Amino acid sequence: MARAPQSIAPAGRTDWQPSPLQRQRLAYRRGRTIRSAVTAALSTLVLLAVVIGAVTSSPGWPRVQETFFNWDKAKESFPAVAAGLWLNIRVMLVCAVAVVILGLALAILRTLRGPVFFPLRMFAAAYTDLFRGLPLILVLLLLGFGVPALSLAGVSFQPVVVYGGAALVLTYSAYVAEVFRAGIESVHPSQRAAARSLGLSNAQALRYVVLPQAVRRVLPPLLNDFVSLQKDSGLISILGVVDAIRAAQISTATDFNYTPYIVAGFLFVCLTIPLTRLTDWVARRQGWYGVGGGAV
Amino acid sequence: MRRRAAGAGVTGSPVAPGAPLLSIRNLRKSFGSNLVLDDVSLDVGPGECVVLIGASGSGKSTLLRCVNLLEVVDDGVIELAGTDITDPRADADTVRSRVGIVFQAFNLFPHLSVLANITLSPVKVHGVPRAEAEARALAMLERVGLSDKANAKPDELSGGQQQRVAIARALVNSPVLMLLDEVTSALDPELVGEVLSLLRELKDEGMTMLIATHEMGFARQVADTVCFLDGGRLAEVGPPEQLLAEPREPRTRQFLARIIEAGRL
Repeated sequence: MARAPQSIAPAGRTDWQPSPLQRQRLAYRRGRTIRSAVTAALSTLVLLAVVIGAVTSSPGWPRVQETFFNWDKAKESFPAVAAGLWLNIRVMLVCAVAVVILGLALAILRTLRGPVFFPLRMFAAAYTDLFRGLPLILVLLLLGFGVPALSLAGVSFQPVVVYGGAALVLTYSAYVAEVFRAGIESVHPSQRAAARSLGLSNAQALRYVVLPQAVRRVLPPLLNDFVSLQKDSGLISILGVVDAIRAAQISTATDFNYTPYIVAGFLFVCLTIPLTRLTDWVARRQGWYGVGGGAV
Repeated sequence: MRRRAAGAGVTGSPVAPGAPLLSIRNLRKSFGSNLVLDDVSLDVGPGECVVLIGASGSGKSTLLRCVNLLEVVDDGVIELAGTDITDPRADADTVRSRVGIVFQAFNLFPHLSVLANITLSPVKVHGVPRAEAEARALAMLERVGLSDKANAKPDELSGGQQQRVAIARALVNSPVLMLLDEVTSALDPELVGEVLSLLRELKDEGMTMLIATHEMGFARQVADTVCFLDGGRLAEVGPPEQLLAEPREPRTRQFLARIIEAGRL
């Protein structure tokens, strides 16, 4: 029944042109794409119109607009809020570096084998349990108001921003340690076995074989934690540090107009969007979506 | 969305006597600048068993994936029982319920039992009542000789057993065409036999099959036609006794010589 192809074209043809049928198909698909785009645009516009219409036609809208979305107040408060944001950015950058170092150290402690390391393992486990469980705001208060009250030379009497940063590092390193640990444990034991079989020590196997694969695998969830750290850096304002949120609060206190908070919120969103997009890009580039599954 | 129940009507429009069940004409597929299938034309008649041979990367798997609509073709036509399935308006789910595919790596769902693996598509895609789907799945497991493994998880089975489950899963929707993509390549040598003898029985029951394989002995036994793919083109097509014993094309001869050298023929 099977027949040989009617003609075998010479190898490596470069003069290929789509057949009329294929051109029809491509035109059809283009049509579908345009239709999908138009449908998406229309449904978005309709939804936006409904939401905006519902909000702006509500009886209290004029007052809400005056209190939260006042353009003049926004312009007036912007310089102070933006200056405060610069502090948030610096806190975030310093904390991120400290969080990575501390988190990685904790993760490695937890994956150490052998009875000698039991106290270290236990310390790392207790640390992550404690600081993942404690609300960040409580850690902030304890450090920000508790440590200065101790009047300990060298530890107390630091600038308030140091306590705020330390609280962020303590809490986030517990989260990040768990992300790293998940990554380390996801590397198949055969990789460690192969490294050990080549004569690498346990530490060398970890450093040159396991960690590079683990870090690559957990980079997207790690960046997710840093997006979260970025906006939680606004919480240090409760200690009295003049960051973006605190600057907004000061401006609000003069006339009970909440627009500065909206300005600060807008700036925080603008700050996190690049990092969020970077996360998506890294995930896609690594083919991170769909690494699960595989052969049984 | 629930579609009509599988079973009645799924085996589809009857093929006119003498017409091919599967007709591939001038198929072209490339991935970026890499041309994987170049002007491939091939007919498979009802009940016929066509075996694709060729080196890794010659396009065997891609050809099978195109027929199951897992790849969008660049050009050319694939007709199943007279219907152009490469038409962008064709419903891929309808096509796939008529074409079963079995993969090299089994691709069973590890979190589901053997029975749940088989009933997933009938219940969720075709709206078959669970009791009926399970009855059909059990019959299918009986057919592949694994009725005692219905409640096992895939990782409790040997590779050969897993592949037989995968075949049962593909058969449960009563396909008119089975695509088999190097189904024994991931198996230990002593487990290859059980899978191949199952395929031999399927052929004897009249199943139409398109098989990509490196098992030349098996190809010789079951194939009605052997196709040698080379660099994405059908270099030679013929009955197994001719193509495997006295290949006309030098490229086919080279390929078979390397296989014999490797002790695989």
